[in-house]
Amino acid sequence: MRAVVSVIGKDMVGILAKVSNECANANMNVIEVSQTLLQDMFAMIMLIDITKGNVSLSEFAEHMESVGKECGLNIHVMHEDIFNSMHKI
Amino acid sequence: MINVHDILETIKMIDEEYLDVRTITMGISLLDCCDSDIDKSCEKVYNKITRLAKDLVKVGNDISREYGIPIINKRISVTPISMLVAVSGGDPVKYALTLEKCAQAVGVNFIGGFSALVQKGFAAGDRELMEAIPQALTQTEHVCASVNVGSTKAGINMEAVEIMGRKVKEAAELTKDNNCIAAAKLVVFCNAPEDNPFMAGAFHGVGEPDCVINVGVSGPGVVRAALAKAPKDAPMNEIADIIKKTAFKITRMGQMVGTLASERLNVPFGIVDLSLAPTPAIGDSFAYILEEMGLETCGAYGTTACLAMLNDAVKKGGVMASSSVGGLSGAFIPVSEDAGMIHATRTGVLKLEKLEAMTAVCSVGLDMIVVPGETKAEIISGMIADEAAIGMVNSKTTAVRVIPAVGKKAGEELEFGGLLGSGPIMDINQTDNSVMIHRKGRIPAPLQSLKN
Repeated sequence: MRAVVSVIGKDMVGILAKVSNECANANMNVIEVSQTLLQDMFAMIMLIDITKGNVSLSEFAEHMESVGKECGLNIHVMHEDIFNSMHKI
Repeated sequence: MINVHDILETIKMIDEEYLDVRTITMGISLLDCCDSDIDKSCEKVYNKITRLAKDLVKVGNDISREYGIPIINKRISVTPISMLVAVSGGDPVKYALTLEKCAQAVGVNFIGGFSALVQKGFAAGDRELMEAIPQALTQTEHVCASVNVGSTKAGINMEAVEIMGRKVKEAAELTKDNNCIAAAKLVVFCNAPEDNPFMAGAFHGVGEPDCVINVGVSGPGVVRAALAKAPKDAPMNEIADIIKKTAFKITRMGQMVGTLASERLNVPFGIVDLSLAPTPAIGDSFAYILEEMGLETCGAYGTTACLAMLNDAVKKGGVMASSSVGGLSGAFIPVSEDAGMIHATRTGVLKLEKLEAMTAVCSVGLDMIVVPGETKAEIISGMIADEAAIGMVNSKTTAVRVIPAVGKKAGEELEFGGLLGSGPIMDINQTDNSVMIHRKGRIPAPLQSLKN
């Protein structure tokens, strides 16, 4: 099972470190990272493996949302199936 | 890996364009709860609903968190209560109070099915239930009622139409200190669908399985945002294509959520209702879609044409996305629940006559329309009869949910709050129609009914 972590917000030092550190704490392996700058907005997408996670996906999603709020970022953790179902036939 | 653009698009849809699953509705058959003793019957109803739906809200919330999709409402629909009344007799309000208790026990925000199907005539329990509707809706908060008074197959039961005009008035009178809210929980249908997950008209049809999960998706904001990107000189067929593609994505999401919920609750998956249901939030308006197509305000000439195309394109996109599309599936045009419709009504561009024309091509009917308190019951019956006729002849669902604002006049407003929004009181044609309404009897089924 995999999930997509998306981070959107103003670019700043240490975003990647912070988010990947949280993933490591939850024992969720980062499989892929992609990041783009949309004007001055930073958008990072991470694909993570959640099968061996030590917290449930919903807890992790909630935690990451609050981590995001602390530093003014919009962080979503969503099961990859939603994207597959919406965008693939 | 999944395309970054697709991921950002989905997130934008949810964060900025109000994409959500409007409701997960569990349909529960109460046929096995019938008992000749009304108290025993109520007990069985309570036990069955609370047993089957005990995890409904939790599962909905879990899916919402894991997948990052807001799931706004968790609801229950049940077998039309008139059938239980037929067996048990007694005061139908008891059933309404039982349903209310169930809603509070499992935490759902509406429970529908205080209903009767009388399109061809009254069976045991039907009249009693219809008489009890105003009291039932006044004494409860979460219970919704509906009555099907006509169908393409059966014609229109004009006696039921006459009764329902009075019941709508009574419901409003009884709750006049609370914004006449009871009338907002009462729908009068023609061709009512038996698997509709949307309130206030949801009930669990007799042809349905014992328990089933139906999902209602939404997303007027997403469609509007997609259309906003189209150039102003794009031909209408391109606009229809954009709507189709958007409806496809929305429906796929609904299908996924429904499948997940049915697996986790161990209940078969029923249908996805791919309706564009607006909310009062700015941007989540159906009227804005039409305005995005190029009308200054919803209600301008061209509105019916735009709506017809929208309704059709939504279905075409949705049908490809899910193998089990059902319910109402199309565009809803509630007035009080839609910021654009409220604006169009306030400015006088959108009138009842235009709304009536729109109901011929949308998926429902005259919905959440506030009329002056002095409106006679016969006038409301007349509105019901007209809507039922449109539904009957066009083989489509139509419905009337009007709220007479007791003690108020046209131009004033009723404030319901929440998803029900606020409604400007519409000036309506008050010409006497009482002789016609009091004829009662039946309007025979149209030629369209003879398809065999």
